[in-house]
Amino acid sequence: MEKLDIDLLMKIADLHGIPEGSYNIRKDGKCLSRNSTSDIEILPKTDKDGIDIIVKAGVKGKSVHIPVILTAGDMLDKVYNDFYIGKGADVTIIAGCGIHNDTCGESRHDGIHTFYLEEGCNVKYIERHYGEGNPEGKKEFTPLTKVYVKKNAHFYMESTQLGGVTYTDRLTTATVYTNGKFTVREKLLTDNNEKAITRFKVKLVGKDSTAEVVSRSVARGNSYQSFISDMVGKNRSFGHVECDSILLDNARILSTPRIDAVSPEASLVHEAAVGKIAGEQLSKLMTLGLTEKEAEDTIIKGYLN
Amino acid sequence: MLELKNIDFAVKEEDGKKATKILSDISLTFPEKSITVITGQNGSGKSTLVKLITGLEKPTRGSIIYNGRDITALSMTERAKLGFTTAFQQPVRFKGITVKKLLDIASGRQSNLGQLCEYLSQVGLCARNYIDRDLDGSLSGGEAKRIELAMAIAKGGDVFLLDEPEAGIDLWSFSDLTNLFSSLRDKTVLIVSHQSKIMEIADNIVLLDKESAPVTGSREEMMPLLEGRSGICAARKGV
Repeated sequence: MEKLDIDLLMKIADLHGIPEGSYNIRKDGKCLSRNSTSDIEILPKTDKDGIDIIVKAGVKGKSVHIPVILTAGDMLDKVYNDFYIGKGADVTIIAGCGIHNDTCGESRHDGIHTFYLEEGCNVKYIERHYGEGNPEGKKEFTPLTKVYVKKNAHFYMESTQLGGVTYTDRLTTATVYTNGKFTVREKLLTDNNEKAITRFKVKLVGKDSTAEVVSRSVARGNSYQSFISDMVGKNRSFGHVECDSILLDNARILSTPRIDAVSPEASLVHEAAVGKIAGEQLSKLMTLGLTEKEAEDTIIKGYLN
Repeated sequence: MLELKNIDFAVKEEDGKKATKILSDISLTFPEKSITVITGQNGSGKSTLVKLITGLEKPTRGSIIYNGRDITALSMTERAKLGFTTAFQQPVRFKGITVKKLLDIASGRQSNLGQLCEYLSQVGLCARNYIDRDLDGSLSGGEAKRIELAMAIAKGGDVFLLDEPEAGIDLWSFSDLTNLFSSLRDKTVLIVSHQSKIMEIADNIVLLDKESAPVTGSREEMMPLLEGRSGICAARKGV
């Protein structure tokens, strides 16, 4: 791997090099390195570009890294990854994509990920998106994440985009069955003329299914963000959507909630707050000796922590 | 020594034309190495006075002099660096910022558990239970208030401005709090309060009034005048 590759992997997956255990590192549309273990098998697809990640039933405390890096510039990388998580397994999946685009053209990664969670399993899915390189070059992500959460299973997703991505339009859908749980923690920072659209579609179909989608974002410069959530309660279920955003400079944020309690026993909540940093927060930190800029940076860093 | 000279403070009405005077021609002196309690009815401008000294608001007229230097134009940051330390009436909440981080910002250094324990135990909190928690809505009003005071202790300084520091704190912790405030007596301490237990530790008391000039005096002089509502009226008439 080149130094640039290692830098990108560090930024998106905290990797200093080749990880231990199961992994698949993809670079510029090709597999750079792959390893399967007896617990987590990674198989290349034969009909299209992508891999199948198969976690055996009962596997506990294991992780798999599947980072993607694009350094060539001027390229579209589309990949289909399917995850089959066996009954009762407990795993962490570290994904993410870093784009380094030195050209003035477009670099785009479309990750189509489908998760099939069997009964009683627990998945922590960590996804980071990052862009760098020529400011004129486009660094774009349009991921589609589909999740099926069977009885008593829990899918926890941590989605982070903290800089350099010029455009993203991501859609995450989830179907949650009996006593299943779907949790999302989204952190988003946009600047300059960046545009970010995040969409969540959650169907609570099983009895006592729950979903929690919490998005915290900061928009600065002339950036634009759109948060769209659509949650449907088709059974006795609980759903909570929270979109909390800080606006700076000339940025704009649009938050669109939709909650549909099909079942009279569904309980669905949507909370949204968009606004500037509270003046009292800046004042408090300034009375502790910080300058206004330092106070603003401290608040944003904490907010997206 | 901290002096306020002929301070006026007015706020503009919503229409932006009319202005309402909150403070009018206030001149006060706060000697060093003493505790001054500022009291008065609601709306008499006590918190406004604290905001003016902190630098959160600027007076429409008059000046603030600290140790002979005019600090009226200084920012909050500059005053904080000069040794001014404020505990606000309403503690501010921060999403994602831990109590430890805020105490580190206040003290200007990375504190270890022992040091954090020192700050928090003085306000009746066990450090282990709080340092990793965010100072957000998950803390009760009393807990947030105690942490607000702990930040002031961690920051240190020469002029302490404590706006109703006892508000929201249970009565049985009062003696610990008054001991804490008494321990600051070698500084210049201003406490906005209505509580007689706080006034009992004051060296001087300032009674603010919307309608007339402030009445000031030593605790011994002022306490008899402040007993009950009629006392406040008597104090006013005595000017």
